[in-house]
Amino acid sequence: MTAPRAPRLSPVLEAQGVTKVYRMGEVDVHALRGVDAALYPGELVVLLGASGSGKSTLLNIMGGLDTPTEGRVFYADHELTHADPDELTTYRREHVGFVFQFYNLIPSLTARENVALVTDIADDPLEPEDALAMVGLEERMDHFPAQLSGGEQQRVAIARAIAKQPDVLLCDEPTGALDYRTGVMVLEVLERVNREMGTTTAVITHNAPIASMANRVITLQDGRVSEVRQIDTKVTASSLRW
Amino acid sequence: MSPLDRKLIRDLSRLRGQVLTIALVVASGIAAFIAMRGNYHSLTAARDAFYARTRFADVFVHLERAPRSVAADLEAIPGVARVHTRISAGAMMPLENQSEPVRAQVMSVSPGRSPLNELELMQGRMVEPHHADEAVLLHSFAVANEIEVGTEVPAVINGVWRQLRVVGTALSPEYVMAIGAGDMTQDPARFGVVWMSEDALSAGFDMDGAFNDAALQLQPGASLDQVIDRADRMLAPYGGLGAIPRAKQLSNYVLDGELLQIQSMAKVVPAIFLAVAALLLNVVLSRLVHLQRPEIATLKAVGYSDREVGLHFFKLVAVIGLTGGMLGVGLGVWMGGGLVNLYGEYFKFPNLRFVLDFGAAGTAVGISLLAAGVGAFGAVRRVMVLPPAEAMRPAAPARYRQSLVDLLGLARVLGPSLQMIVRELERRPLRTLGSSVAIAASVGLMVVGGWYQDGLDALMYTQFHEVMREDVMVTFTEPRPQRAVRELMHLPGVLDAEGQRHLAVRFRAGHRSREASIIGYHERPKMRALRDKWGRIAPLPPEGVVLTEILGEILDVSIGDTITVELREGSRPTKELRVVGFVDEGFGLAGHMQASALHAFVGEEPMVTSGLLRVDPAEQAKLDRSLKRMPYVVAVTRRSDIFERFREQSGQMIATMTFLITLFAATITVGVVYNNARISLSMRARDLASLRVLGFRRREISTILLGEMAVQVLLALPMGLWFGGVLIHGIASTVDPETYRLPIIITARTHAYAATVAIAASALSALLVRRKLDKLDLIGVLKTRE
Repeated sequence: MTAPRAPRLSPVLEAQGVTKVYRMGEVDVHALRGVDAALYPGELVVLLGASGSGKSTLLNIMGGLDTPTEGRVFYADHELTHADPDELTTYRREHVGFVFQFYNLIPSLTARENVALVTDIADDPLEPEDALAMVGLEERMDHFPAQLSGGEQQRVAIARAIAKQPDVLLCDEPTGALDYRTGVMVLEVLERVNREMGTTTAVITHNAPIASMANRVITLQDGRVSEVRQIDTKVTASSLRW
Repeated sequence: MSPLDRKLIRDLSRLRGQVLTIALVVASGIAAFIAMRGNYHSLTAARDAFYARTRFADVFVHLERAPRSVAADLEAIPGVARVHTRISAGAMMPLENQSEPVRAQVMSVSPGRSPLNELELMQGRMVEPHHADEAVLLHSFAVANEIEVGTEVPAVINGVWRQLRVVGTALSPEYVMAIGAGDMTQDPARFGVVWMSEDALSAGFDMDGAFNDAALQLQPGASLDQVIDRADRMLAPYGGLGAIPRAKQLSNYVLDGELLQIQSMAKVVPAIFLAVAALLLNVVLSRLVHLQRPEIATLKAVGYSDREVGLHFFKLVAVIGLTGGMLGVGLGVWMGGGLVNLYGEYFKFPNLRFVLDFGAAGTAVGISLLAAGVGAFGAVRRVMVLPPAEAMRPAAPARYRQSLVDLLGLARVLGPSLQMIVRELERRPLRTLGSSVAIAASVGLMVVGGWYQDGLDALMYTQFHEVMREDVMVTFTEPRPQRAVRELMHLPGVLDAEGQRHLAVRFRAGHRSREASIIGYHERPKMRALRDKWGRIAPLPPEGVVLTEILGEILDVSIGDTITVELREGSRPTKELRVVGFVDEGFGLAGHMQASALHAFVGEEPMVTSGLLRVDPAEQAKLDRSLKRMPYVVAVTRRSDIFERFREQSGQMIATMTFLITLFAATITVGVVYNNARISLSMRARDLASLRVLGFRRREISTILLGEMAVQVLLALPMGLWFGGVLIHGIASTVDPETYRLPIIITARTHAYAATVAIAASALSALLVRRKLDKLDLIGVLKTRE
């Protein structure tokens, strides 16, 4: 079964000529140098690149965590480029789900409550229990993060991200802190979410084999897009090896 | 400069908000300690120096008349070193600027150096012998009435109008607190002391070769009681009124009472400040060190020894402690100077100035450094015992467990934000408690500050509205027959008049005794309403004496007991009286009787010593003029004047104290709340940033962080209000109750005030922290783990 191929529909999220310059003390660091990138409805995109290639910066800008120095960012037909912090908060709140390398769960809340954190402020959320069932954690709902393994914590983070039924799911190195087996388990969950809920998903990784599970792969190098590759025969997460 | 010291400087600059607020709390503690202790020490030092320099006497006795040869007999009493005899009498000064006559005490000064109770000239010169019209005035009296040296003032001395030439003004150890006998407060404008040459007075009072007042100085180690006993027996035939020790000399007695009160404040308040400062240093520093756990581990990993790392943190602590210490000493000296000046308005000492007690300052700074050191030491040691590799890893995720809220099934109702607050507080109950206790201490202090006002208001209300019903009290020079009251009735503007009989006595019960007076009242008094301790009007029984509650305690008597009364008038008989009740009075010590019972007890015709008048305000000026012309009127006291004076004098002190306490308490609250929140923020920045990423608004994450603070403050409020009550009982029990007694009343206003200041200070801290929260680095915290 294949997810909808990236047809030339209008993109959900699009970056046009985005440049990001950080001023680190006396020197300017060019994290992005005129990047064009788009996410289309329902696809699963892998952003591939070495450490420092600018992929996290791009994801942060597209997710409304940061603003570009130059260039424009669009969510559907809304321009995010000049949005103020409150507008960006609203954007994240209503449309974007995040998954991070270090899970970023709230230690004082149980799995269920971490998910409820988001469902409480979302418009049309899943039930926290359903979201956790989706990631296979229905048995561990009342455990605190300290009582969960790394893979379980990351699955809670995914459940938290999808519970609001976001339009896009942005995952920054979701397997970075996990061993191979748990990493694959987490990728299976992402794959399932993309497939069953049709959520547009972007996964950042420096781990090239993961790219085979995507519909498209965007490779970044030194702040520029070096390659955009369409995957015609994508494989399931469970068959990935690294 | 070593890299560690460079780190120290950068850490200090990075933590400047916290460094400053902690240093300010330390500074408050030290400043309060130095200012209040220093004020007390400065006042006592000035008193002791003044008393020593002027040879303030140990025993005072007033009598009717004794030949000068008796002085030698007094000096022969074993234990007596020196005797100074003089002539002393009440007088009246009809000053032009005063509507009522001014009461004065006239005293003789011998030529040359006075052996005891020497005057300290402030202006002009001493009187010269044989210049009968020359006078030296009490400095504060001259200043209050703008009497210049070289001008003339009128005085009615022994019924004779005399015009006196003021040749100088002086301070006297006997009038550091210039209070006229029977007055409740100082009134420098309306009570004066006039010193004249001995020959000028001996003629006026028919005291040639005689004296009616003596002051005795004792040899070191002499028995005060024996000397007083011998002197009383020796002077009884000459109308001796009973010798009193220095401790009961009016000025010194009131002064001692005030100093005792200052001392008790100086003990309690700074101790609390220092304790809170120490607690705060301890708590905050241990958390600061905890936050530096990875850095400590790194330092250890690259080869720094435990000792070097420990020293590094002690330097951090020492900088905070010493900054606070120096600020505190500076602030303390400045405030102490202000306090001493304020008290200098009331205590007339020469050369009163603030003396910095270096020992106290050193102690205060030492205590702060020690507390800081201990706080940091514990935290540094906890990190030290970990192997570097383990310490470098972030601390294991904090363990949380199901809370009481979960067990009660409230978790779902509260929602995640509130749950985060509840679990965080529950996970660190000691930290929550510690912070709340520190805030509670500051709330408690503010309650104490408010109590001074509340207690005084209640005291004044009782005294000036419930007990005293007259408008004016007229005091006669000596007991007068009952018709004196009828004469007062006929004066212009007088609506009603009632006589009172004051009788100076010494009460004795077993080995306990106390000088006081018995007041005889009209059978159904309209002008005075005595109250029992429940505030009910206590009518006087037809027989026996009703005592002030405190007097009953001093004498250790209860209703039905018989006490011995030594009369200080006429033939000075000793008689017995039965105690028939007690009344609650805010001021002084007295026995109360129906006038008829008192007359029968003394064996006299009905006599009065004062008249209480109700007056038509429109006719007040006319009445004043008439009273001024009556030779046997020694004082006219308006109730409203005493009330105003009392409020003015106590009001300024209380306002100053309340201001200082509020300032410090607010500093403590800001210090505690701000530092707690900053540390919470550092520890939980990641959680909060994660929430922001998930779409939480700034307001919503502020609620979570500041909610914790709010709970701590809310817990602190009832604790603080309770603690304030405990402090007040403690302070009240150390204050001498004989002059006046502040009732333990804490009004809702005080509670509200204390709570408001705490909440306002917390809100201010919250605002400061919220600014940091707004600048939270969303991306940064997601990249690293802890």
